[in-house]
Amino acid sequence: MSKKQKKNLIRIITAAVMLIALHFVPVEGYLRFALYVIPYLIVGYDVLKKAAEGIWHKQPFDEYLLMAIATLGAICLGLFKTGDYVEAIAVMLFYQIGEWFQGYAVGKSRQNIAKLMDIRPDYANIETADGKLEQVDPDDVEVGTIIVVQPGEKVPIDGVVIEGSSTLNTAALTGESLPRDVNENDEIISGSINLSGVLKVRTTKEFGESTVAKILELIEDASSQKSKSEKFITKFAKVYTPIVTLSALALATLPSLVLFAIGKDPLWTEWLYRALIFLVISCPCALVVSVPLSFFAGIGGASRAGVLIKGANYLEILAKTNTLVFDKTGTLTKGNFEVTAIHPEKLDKKELLHLAAHVERYSKHPIANSLRKAYGDEADGCEVDDVKEISGRGIQALVNGKIVCVGNSKMMDDVGAKWHECHRVGTCIHVAIDGEYAGHIVISDIIKEHSEQAISALKKQGIRQMIMLTGDTQKVAENVANALGMDAFYAELLPAGKVQKVEELLKAKKSPVETLAFVGDGINDAPVLSRADIGIAMGAMGSDAAIEAADIVLMDDDPLKIATAMNVAKKCMRIVHQNIIFCITIKVLCLLLGAFGFANMWMAIFADVGVMILAVLNAVRNLWVSQKV
Amino acid sequence: MKKSYKIDVDCPVCAGKMETAAKNTAGVKDASVNFMLLKMKVEFDEGADEAAVMTAVRENCKKVESDCEVFF
Repeated sequence: MSKKQKKNLIRIITAAVMLIALHFVPVEGYLRFALYVIPYLIVGYDVLKKAAEGIWHKQPFDEYLLMAIATLGAICLGLFKTGDYVEAIAVMLFYQIGEWFQGYAVGKSRQNIAKLMDIRPDYANIETADGKLEQVDPDDVEVGTIIVVQPGEKVPIDGVVIEGSSTLNTAALTGESLPRDVNENDEIISGSINLSGVLKVRTTKEFGESTVAKILELIEDASSQKSKSEKFITKFAKVYTPIVTLSALALATLPSLVLFAIGKDPLWTEWLYRALIFLVISCPCALVVSVPLSFFAGIGGASRAGVLIKGANYLEILAKTNTLVFDKTGTLTKGNFEVTAIHPEKLDKKELLHLAAHVERYSKHPIANSLRKAYGDEADGCEVDDVKEISGRGIQALVNGKIVCVGNSKMMDDVGAKWHECHRVGTCIHVAIDGEYAGHIVISDIIKEHSEQAISALKKQGIRQMIMLTGDTQKVAENVANALGMDAFYAELLPAGKVQKVEELLKAKKSPVETLAFVGDGINDAPVLSRADIGIAMGAMGSDAAIEAADIVLMDDDPLKIATAMNVAKKCMRIVHQNIIFCITIKVLCLLLGAFGFANMWMAIFADVGVMILAVLNAVRNLWVSQKV
Repeated sequence: MKKSYKIDVDCPVCAGKMETAAKNTAGVKDASVNFMLLKMKVEFDEGADEAAVMTAVRENCKKVESDCEVFF
């Protein structure tokens, strides 16, 4: 609770206690008025002041004016007619309780989000000449400085590990709870927490350019991108308040004048009372507060799950998305090659892989890397000599006295081995021993673990069309698209071709309400990301290009996060709509009841304060993001 | 030059008023107020004196919303 909140709470309690005490004091007339004015002023002086200031600055139409007129009017009624001041004070009291609660709820969600965004490192350790550690402001650390990160500390600045190994907790950035191992020469990202060993890190960026600073800035800027709903509410409040004030004025005077004109009892006070009730009910704060709070909480909750949303408007668009276009490599597939099948002729599988790995011992080709990785301990006692790389064919080497050729079909033809095609999709590596065909190994890009689950989750969420774009060959694309259950795919596209395809899809949209999202890995997909209605970049941790180009950034490369983002967006929009409909319905209903004399002040207070509290509580639900999809 | 300042204000409508007031201050190119984070981002005109402009911003904000505060 802030100082101001404490003070206001004391004011509320004092006024409430006095009001109850006065109930037992039997005074009448002006003394009664004077006594009741004290709690009224205690609890309401600031509202009166602000209303007066509003008039002074020629911007009178706000909630303070509504409240000031309503309560002052009720007091006058008490003074000249009924002698009842409790209603006037109660209105002010409950209004202040509502305001207090609203301030408290907003403050709490602010704290909540601040806690989850508590990734800003406070210091960086620099080793001094005598080997001691000195804590400095991360802002002052220059690029290329060597910093020390101890266990339990946050990595303050992006860099490369030059000494030590450890595990890092990246949950604050990615929402991924599995710790990540780091060793020498690995890049590490600011904002993650060092769990086990001491690390020496050479910084590669300034603090301001580091991941953590970028993310914080992005989230701070997020709420300045206002959503359509927020804009609607602002506009709504602008026209609403004057209309309500004028209608109240009309309600206070016109019926009485008409009654007077036709010679009946004008019932002045009755109509004035109705007009005051009308004013209390009409206060628009419930909407004005709960809608931006919903978006704020949604964005905050999403960032905890590793989904950065750059603005409230993107939440709105994402919730309406029904066409998802995916890039393949790096998005749905891992983007690095792995051995997916081994088909020997006579040898056993391990032996075939063993020989192939030996031949590729010195090669730096990605295929060679994946073969060595698949075999594991390639550096055993076997003799590998006479390695010859035959350009456009493959590699030939002498392994334990046998000539082993590893390469493509052309190489097999050259040595006269009788090779055959493989039914598996991917790159086929043939192996021949002393000119005799020994079998082949298939290497391909593999589909990410969660891709299939993500696609089916997204389908359930109402995505109508899922399309895959890739620069890869038709056969590979077809294989991946079928395995994942894509609705369509387009292969062999150059980057420009992808943009063109997305443009075609955008044109083919049936109505402007439908939106198209593009999901890519952010690095080479920047043009497409910005062309789509909404661009989602994944695996963006540490990639500035992706953070810049996309509207929604998934911190790790798990496609399941797309479904999480959809969940957040849909829930947020649902809550916003619930609040708008709930508030307006209750208000209109109570306004009508008030105008026709069926509502009293107490009902009016519920319609104002009660509705606001319920709407705020509903909005705060957005903070909790279900990771389940 | 763009800078971010902490502010104190009670309601989103008042925050909106502050934003308009800040935007209309001489020396301010653009300003945005984030009510939820209680932050004001100010982009200054070329060569503007930060302290002087911010004093004016604070004054203008107080004019439209008496109990707000801009910390700089």
